[in-house]
Amino acid sequence: MKDLDRRSFLKISGSALGIGVLYQVAPLASAEASETVRLLGLKSGEAVTPFSFIQLSDAHVGFNGPPDPLGTKAFERAVEMVNALPQQPDLVLFTGDLTHDTEDKDVHAQRMKSFREIAGRLKTKKLMCVPGEHDAGLDGGALFRDNFGPSNYSFDHRGVHFIALDNVSRAKPEVGPEQLAWLKKDLARFSKSAPIVVFTHRPLFDLKPEWEWFTSDGDEVLNALAGYENVTVLYGHIHTDHHHEENHIRHIAARSLIFAFPDPSAAVKKPYPFDKDQPFKHLGIRIANVAPKQPIAVQDVELTLREFSGLNGIQQMLKSLQL
Amino acid sequence: MLSKIPRRRIIFALLVVLAVSVLAPHGTRAQAPRVINITAQRFEFIPNQVTLKKGETVKFVLTSKDVTHGFFLKPLKIDEIIQPGKTTEVTVTPQTAGTFLLICDHFCGVNHAAMNMKVIVE
Repeated sequence: MKDLDRRSFLKISGSALGIGVLYQVAPLASAEASETVRLLGLKSGEAVTPFSFIQLSDAHVGFNGPPDPLGTKAFERAVEMVNALPQQPDLVLFTGDLTHDTEDKDVHAQRMKSFREIAGRLKTKKLMCVPGEHDAGLDGGALFRDNFGPSNYSFDHRGVHFIALDNVSRAKPEVGPEQLAWLKKDLARFSKSAPIVVFTHRPLFDLKPEWEWFTSDGDEVLNALAGYENVTVLYGHIHTDHHHEENHIRHIAARSLIFAFPDPSAAVKKPYPFDKDQPFKHLGIRIANVAPKQPIAVQDVELTLREFSGLNGIQQMLKSLQL
Repeated sequence: MLSKIPRRRIIFALLVVLAVSVLAPHGTRAQAPRVINITAQRFEFIPNQVTLKKGETVKFVLTSKDVTHGFFLKPLKIDEIIQPGKTTEVTVTPQTAGTFLLICDHFCGVNHAAMNMKVIVE
C-alpha cells in the first residue's frame, strides 16, 4: 500500500473573523488526493469531508472596568459576524474563560447564564466548550459541568477526531493523571494518521511559565499525542494569537473577546490600553491558511467591527483580503 | 578479638570519633544556607522581592496566612505547595544571574494571576 502522508491531504485553512478563528477542513481536489482520502477513510473510520468550524475564546462575561469597558460587546459582535458568514460553520469551539470569576456564586452563575444567552444566538447550534481557570478555578469546574456536562470529552466530526482537555479545574495548571489515562485510552482506537484537533484553555507547552502560560503536565499530554501525525492544538488563555510548532504538533492560540495581551516576548504582562477610537483593536481579523507541508500562512487585518458588520461587512472584508 | 588490640589504640580511635562528631557539625553550621522567610497570602508574597547571589545556597521558609498557595519558579527548579498551618522549606543554589518572576501556581482566588514575586540573582 502506498505510504500515506496525512498532512498531504488534509488542508486546514483558518480565518480569524473579528475575534475568532475560522478553520476549514477540506480534502484536496485532485484525483490522487481523493484516493488518499478514500484510503485514509478506510484506516481511520469515517472519511474526511469538507467543513468549517469556528474557535472563539476568552469572553470573560461579567468582566467590568479597565482596561476594557465594553463588557460583552466584542463577544456579541463576534456572534453576529459568525452568523453573517455566507457558509455557516459546522461547529463552534470555545476555548475557555467563558466567564470572569467572582467569589459570589450566584453572580458567577448569572454570568454563565449570560454567556449561554449570547452564545445561543449563534446559528450554529453545535457549541463545544472547555473551561478556563476563571470559569473553574474557584469551584473545581462545578458550575461549568452544571451547564455543559463533563469538562473533558471527545467526539468525531466528518473524519476529524476532536478532544476537549480540561487543564484548569485542578488547583495546579495541569490535566492530572486521571485525564491523562482517559486521553491515552481515547487515542488508542485511532490510527497514527487520524486527523486530531485538541482544544483546551492553557497552552500545553511552556510558552511562558512565569505568566502561568503553560500546563505543568503538558509534556505528558504531548507525549501521548507524539505518535500521531496530524495533530492541531487550539487554545486560548493568552489573549493574543500565537503559533508554535514542535514535534509535528501545531499549537495555535486564538485572540480573546475582551482586552488583549501583548506577545509573549513582552517584558511585562500588561493588557493593551483601551483605545476608544478603535475599541476592538488587537481583537481584529486574522486569517490563517495551512497548506500541505507548509507553515500556516497568517494574515492579520486591523479593523473596527463597525466598518465590517453584517454580511456586507464580511463580503467587504473578504474582498479587501482578496479571498 | 578486642582484647588483642592495644588499649592506647582503642582510646585513640575513640578520640578520633569524638572529635569528628563534635567538630563536623560545627563546620557545617558555618556553611548553613541563608534563610529567607516568605509569607504567602491572597494575593501577594511578603516580601515580594528577594535578591540572591549566584552560587549562594539559600533556604526559603514558606508559610501561608490563609489558603493553599503555590511557589513556582521553573528556572530555579522551585515547585512547592504552601499549606496553611504548615511550614515548607526549599533550598536552592542559583547558577544563573538574572531577574525572574516567581508565581503562585495554585489557584487561590479571583486575583490569583497577580500573585508573584521578583527574584533577582546577582
